[in-house]
Amino acid sequence: MNEIAIRTRDLVKIFKTRRGAINAVNGVTLQVQRGQTYGLIGPDGAGKTTTTRVILGLLRRTGGESSVLGYDSMKDTYAIRERVGYIAQQFALPGDLTVMENMRFFADIHQVDEETQRHRIPELLEFAGLSRFTKRLAGKLSGGMKKKLALACSLIHGPDVVMLDEPTLGVDPVSRREFWDLLGELRTEKGLTIFVCTPYMDEAERCNLIGLMYEGQLVAHDSPEKIKRLVPGQLLEFTPSHFAPAKERLAELEGVLEIQTYGRMIHVFVDHAARRQAEIIRALGDQGITCEGMREIEPRMEEAFISLIRKQQERARAASETAAARSPS
Amino acid sequence: MAFSRQRFRALIRKEFIQLLRDWRTLLSILLIPIVEMFLLAYAVNLTIDHIPMVVADLSQDDQSRALIHALVISGYFDVLQYVNSETEVIHAIDQGQARAGLVIPPGFATGVARGDAQALMMLDGSDSFTLQSGYGAALAIAQARSTELAMEKVSRSGITALGELPIFTSLRILYNPNMDGMVFMVPATAAMLLQVMTMGMTAMSVVREQEMGTLEQLLVTPARPMELILGKLVPNILVAAVDMVMVVLFGVYWFGVPFQGNPWLLGILSLLFIISGLGQGLLASSIAHTQREAGQMIAVLMMLANLLTGFIYPRTAAPLWVQLIGDLIPLTYFLRIIRGIFTKGIGVYFIWQDIAVLLLYSVVVMVLAAKSFKTRLD
Repeated sequence: MNEIAIRTRDLVKIFKTRRGAINAVNGVTLQVQRGQTYGLIGPDGAGKTTTTRVILGLLRRTGGESSVLGYDSMKDTYAIRERVGYIAQQFALPGDLTVMENMRFFADIHQVDEETQRHRIPELLEFAGLSRFTKRLAGKLSGGMKKKLALACSLIHGPDVVMLDEPTLGVDPVSRREFWDLLGELRTEKGLTIFVCTPYMDEAERCNLIGLMYEGQLVAHDSPEKIKRLVPGQLLEFTPSHFAPAKERLAELEGVLEIQTYGRMIHVFVDHAARRQAEIIRALGDQGITCEGMREIEPRMEEAFISLIRKQQERARAASETAAARSPS
Repeated sequence: MAFSRQRFRALIRKEFIQLLRDWRTLLSILLIPIVEMFLLAYAVNLTIDHIPMVVADLSQDDQSRALIHALVISGYFDVLQYVNSETEVIHAIDQGQARAGLVIPPGFATGVARGDAQALMMLDGSDSFTLQSGYGAALAIAQARSTELAMEKVSRSGITALGELPIFTSLRILYNPNMDGMVFMVPATAAMLLQVMTMGMTAMSVVREQEMGTLEQLLVTPARPMELILGKLVPNILVAAVDMVMVVLFGVYWFGVPFQGNPWLLGILSLLFIISGLGQGLLASSIAHTQREAGQMIAVLMMLANLLTGFIYPRTAAPLWVQLIGDLIPLTYFLRIIRGIFTKGIGVYFIWQDIAVLLLYSVVVMVLAAKSFKTRLD
């Protein structure tokens, strides 16, 4: 039994367009063990969807390797399709079929026999909370229910792996939570391997393993705890009375590593929280700025994410500057 | 290839459910052919008669009145108004009141007696159908009148041997003795509709799935390309066949166009034509990205088919390179086939070349379509 569910090595995908080549995925190496929940997170356009589609064999691979359950994405496409469930980013089930017709359709297309269908379809509908809506057209379901139907359809053939591309996009917070509870059940009860793309940081924290993707590359690939620890320093949060001058003054202070803004709040990474807290209050107080609700907080995925991406941007800028300096122009 | 009947059945069932549920589209698929046929039948009349004509008879004698009478009695021209000068005749045509004008100069009868009478016939050249019909009619009527006068003169001068014209041409129009436009139009309309429907339906339904993203969800299932293609085609073949039968029945029973040939032969060859149209649709769908693009491609094909296949305008009149473009459209061949079977009642023997080309065309287009059918999203 292969213990690795999904694997890529130096995966590259280049789209050729009229305006030149776009390097959507640029050397991604990742590994997902069986039974893990893997979250591929990153901003829009980072290459999450493209990575997922290449792994599934929906897009041609430009370079590197990728496989699911040991089957190569390009060569053993059908072997993968028989063992994987997939939910595309946009709602992609036929909207003019009813809930039940959709279930039957996907069951038949996966060659699930009548006998199995008879008990599995009601089970999955019950699981997804759709038992009362079997006669409703899929297109007329609410956003959250559509996603649940898509999940139920993707599980109809009893896959070992499910790959979900931003499954909670455009879904209200309550339904989002319900959806993730369903995924949790699948993981604990069926030992399903779940691969999920998401831009939501709170969802990322529900995964065992996270890949932080930015501009076609994996910036980090680790457990949420370890990724959060990648950001040096401690985090202070407060609301300044005057936002812009406070931000300016902070940047000049010693021991300040990074400043992030959250609406009218400022999050500042410092080397030593207890010591710098007093210093900041004093320095800003000298300029007549008061700091409301100053406290130390645990860095969340979101702060870690922004911090890591910033560092990546700086590294890229530095690299291009040295390259420019080296080449005589 | 691992063809699964369960998957194929599921795909077909899905297409049918979607087709029957979308009653607006279904209704338009079934009604448009009939509506279009009625429009073509009643609105498009290729022989123009009762052309409104303005006359300036400056002679006002027996002979001039006889000429006008001959033009009117032919049924091709109606006298709209009598005016007094050539300028007024031109003015009436300019204004669009009349499409033809006749100017008979003074002293027409004297001229006739002398043998050098002249009359000026004017036709509105901005409308080609009126021009053609009017030109032919005016020429023939004037000629007939001349001959009549010449014969009178000859017989008056006592030469009896020339009592008859040396050549008597008798005309027999085959297949369509009453020169009924419908006999020409009904089979052609059926063929044209089939071409547009088959290509349109297929291109649209594939591109729609692409646009909605449902194709992505289908491609990620184990369904094989051949199953997906056939799943799309089989329901469309059935719908197109229903349309075809409807149009033919309407043509025969409503418009009274006689069906001379073997309906089963036409049925089988129609199926071949339908398949070639569906293949074109699949090909179009692999090029078009949006339904709008697909729609534009269909519109272009329809225009070409209208002009170049012999649907209305005879192909033989066109220059060679235009005919060659028409040769690329399967409708060209099917038009000859359907007119041959429907109107002339001929068998395979006379149209085997067209059948062979159509068969080749279907095979090639299907192979191309199957090859270009995207099994991935890029």
